Amino acid sequence: MNLSKLNKTLQKQFGGRVRASAENGCVVLRGELDDWADVVAACQTAAVKNSTVHVLNDIVCTGPADAPMRLPADSDASLEGDAPDVLVIGGGVSGASIARELTRWQLDVLLTEKEADLALQASGRNDGEVHPGIDLGKGSLKHKYIRPANRMYDRVCKELDVPFRRVGQYVVFKKRALFPLIALYAFWRKHHDGIEDTKLLSAKELLAREPNLAPDTAFALYNPSAGCVCPYGLTIAYAENAVQNGARVRLNTAVLGMTVEDGRITAVRTNRGTLHPKLVINAAGVFAEEIAKMANDRFYSIHPRRGTNSILDKKAGAWLQSIASVKELSVHGKTHSKGGGLLHTVHGNLLAGPDAVETREKENVATHPESIRTVFDRQKGTMPALSERDIITYFTGVRAPTFEEDYVIEPGRNTENLIHCAGIQSPGLTTAPAVAEDVAQMAVEMLQKTRPVEKNPAFNPIRKGVPVLREMSDEDRDAMIRQNPDYGEIVCRCEEISKGEILDALRAPICVPTLDGIKKRVRPGMGRCQGGFCSPLVTKIIADFLKTEPTAVRKSSAASVINWRTTKDGEGGENA
Amino acid sequence: MTASFYDVIVIGGGPAGLAAAISAHDEGAKVLLLEREARLGGILKQCIHDGFGLLRFGEKLSGPEYAERFIDELRARQIEARTLTFVTKIDRPDDGAFCVHAVDRGGVWTVTAKALVLATGCRERTAKQVSIHGTRPAGVFTAGTAQHFTNLLGLMPTRRCVILGSGDIGLIMARRLTLEGAEVLGVYEVKPTPSGLTRNLHQCLYDYDIPLYLSHTVTRVFGADRLEGVEIAEVDDRMRPIPGTERRVDCDALILSVGLIPENELAESLGVRLDGRTRGPVCDNDCMTSVDGVFCCGNALHVNDLVDYVSQNGEQAGRAAARYAPHARTLVELQPSDDLLCLVPQTLDLTGGKDPLTVYFRSRGEENACTLEITVDGRAVFSKKYAFLRPPEMEQLTLQTADWGLTGQSVVRFELKRQKEVRT
Repeated sequence: MNLSKLNKTLQKQFGGRVRASAENGCVVLRGELDDWADVVAACQTAAVKNSTVHVLNDIVCTGPADAPMRLPADSDASLEGDAPDVLVIGGGVSGASIARELTRWQLDVLLTEKEADLALQASGRNDGEVHPGIDLGKGSLKHKYIRPANRMYDRVCKELDVPFRRVGQYVVFKKRALFPLIALYAFWRKHHDGIEDTKLLSAKELLAREPNLAPDTAFALYNPSAGCVCPYGLTIAYAENAVQNGARVRLNTAVLGMTVEDGRITAVRTNRGTLHPKLVINAAGVFAEEIAKMANDRFYSIHPRRGTNSILDKKAGAWLQSIASVKELSVHGKTHSKGGGLLHTVHGNLLAGPDAVETREKENVATHPESIRTVFDRQKGTMPALSERDIITYFTGVRAPTFEEDYVIEPGRNTENLIHCAGIQSPGLTTAPAVAEDVAQMAVEMLQKTRPVEKNPAFNPIRKGVPVLREMSDEDRDAMIRQNPDYGEIVCRCEEISKGEILDALRAPICVPTLDGIKKRVRPGMGRCQGGFCSPLVTKIIADFLKTEPTAVRKSSAASVINWRTTKDGEGGENA
Repeated sequence: MTASFYDVIVIGGGPAGLAAAISAHDEGAKVLLLEREARLGGILKQCIHDGFGLLRFGEKLSGPEYAERFIDELRARQIEARTLTFVTKIDRPDDGAFCVHAVDRGGVWTVTAKALVLATGCRERTAKQVSIHGTRPAGVFTAGTAQHFTNLLGLMPTRRCVILGSGDIGLIMARRLTLEGAEVLGVYEVKPTPSGLTRNLHQCLYDYDIPLYLSHTVTRVFGADRLEGVEIAEVDDRMRPIPGTERRVDCDALILSVGLIPENELAESLGVRLDGRTRGPVCDNDCMTSVDGVFCCGNALHVNDLVDYVSQNGEQAGRAAARYAPHARTLVELQPSDDLLCLVPQTLDLTGGKDPLTVYFRSRGEENACTLEITVDGRAVFSKKYAFLRPPEMEQLTLQTADWGLTGQSVVRFELKRQKEVRT
């Protein structure tokens, strides 16, 4: 982009408070603005979509500051002096899948995650759609990866024992007049961009498949390759398979700083000691820019964008078998969300959302009633029976886009033993399997410059998840219970989870013995009572498993105390 | 299993199910009781306060004591009861007997019965169901969950809490937590009137100087790990938060007593029709649902405030289930006016015996000096004066319907008449 032209535009928009300059292959914005929305607007003005010349946001925002990064409460020296071949920073789907792909090689792989579990940020807080790529044109990394990755899902989910269903996606249009335009769009996507599965459906065909969608539908775009997956389930499965194949995963471990000498990272400081990795992979999500800065390799900026999804009762889940959303072509303003939609989750619930709201706060996952209203107002157009009354829970995730709205997947530009896997946003869950293969390949090639790296002959791609007894036939279930009576003791009545399944989750390769950890893995508390009945029981099972006091059991992080102490005569309770 | 065929299978071993099993047995039926938890008694197990059984036994019992009386009766009759047994599904091959699929620590098994009594109780409404936003820290509990932690596990889930909702469990927990040394900062109720029994307001709040704030709600919670505070707002006459009235209260827990929902997932799987007002099945005067042979009682049918009524209702359902023989019902709908929050049963079977009809109702609002009038095709057949009616306090009526001249086409209406409409 022409810099003087850009500065003229910025001058007009922000009255000289922001200026752009070209530095080290980046467009750096400096100045001072009061409102975060203006900061985002200025950077968006400067950004060129999908460009590898990134906007660096150095604008001082005088508005309310973001809270400092959440850090684990405890620290020790358990990683002091550790020297892994590869340090993967971030336990989202990117980091976990990269770690797993790296274990195909004889490498010492260490993944660190600052939170108490994997997939606690964007990877666990999205709608779980495996996208077909219908909205992506050639020229972006998103487009490069989307089709190969989408096709990988059957194999990957089978290997990792993760529920995945290719349910198809309908983009619903209500205006008949748009048909020629959309037909042309679909033709272009198919033949130019390789989205080979897309096709048009009449309203009659659509309503025959999904009778609860709005009757005033004119026609729909149909992408049979779209699917849904359990996003945190996939992340956990990738990480567990990595551990089975020799990787190490350290939760509650935060990167605090780095030493860079002669263009190489020589030390990485964490709350568990200082490490000396040969190679660092930055998969730190909303904090990728901070990690890049520590590594003296900051050449992109992240602007957080939150989105809220609602989960509805399984009764509402029966109204839709696939993924559907109504599309209105808007002439004003561009939107970076798919506009939200409705999705039948792999667990049988209906999911509505997400919306998309720019925010300065990287970790604020609080929900707001407006988000629910926005999504429901819109999606009632997709399915009139949709009702807020059926909501059982809602959650917010924060996406980590760059201003160019594409991924950054490349070796460091200034620092040589670094790979960035950043700017990951929708469809980042979908593309993760293919991105991970590429990043692992990149890493191996970099390491091979100094020493040979051999294939790991013992690599086993198969990971066995916890059996799901409620989905078994009576005969199979009976056989399982006869082997292990704990499978016959139901603890969570809404989701029909047995004590045996909970104990299996506690014995998994990565044990996260918290209420949320168990909930993510085997679902007690995910149902309509939201843990009202089972949370005391699960607390007790965890305490017994750990041979600790029930007061030591946490919801998630070390500070998320559930019970402070025993009652005055607590010794006499069922704990005794 | 000693036998795989029963006259009556009762699902749920709380007060309704226990009473149903006992009465069905006493009618001569071969009965099996299935309970998903480890011990019989249902939610009574954790209700260690007193006040149970005043109507039935003329005594103030604790929940476990009340349950024990029924459990003793059950044992004395050697009624077969299986605990830690979870019903996974019910089907009806050839539309005949009900085939109940259950799991326990021994495996998966099936049993069949001529009639079913669903006594599955209710669950609590959660924070998200009352539109509470903000973060998701530890420290948000329904009152029943807090009660389970405190009374069954001997654990203290709070040091300083706010209670949202003045339902009975919330009031009971306000007192319980206070006695255990926690500070209860206040009970906030979105409605302009309290939701719990008057006796509980006095015995649990006023006696302990715990403030009650009417027309207030919690809109948000704060805290990333453990709850650090809640946002309270006043609400308007449509119970919507009034902008500008928000204030933060620092506390470590939010305890919710915001309503109970009958658990009817099994009933729905059988095709049982539900009532939008009670959220339980539509049933007739024998507690039989819209599906012949499926009976429902207790809090699964409609939420009760006194366990004494639950036992009574369970007995009625158990007796009827024992006597059940397939027959074509002639059902007359009992129509509540809009002044009534709910009316149970919803229908009257004219082919049944001449037993008196027991109905339960709640008024929608607080009413002083009013009359409940029952009309058949516009003709008044019954009326009763009430000095006051309050929605939290369910009323029970026993009616002789023999001389009402009912036919299959009759329209039976239940209406509230205010004695004097005072105009100002």
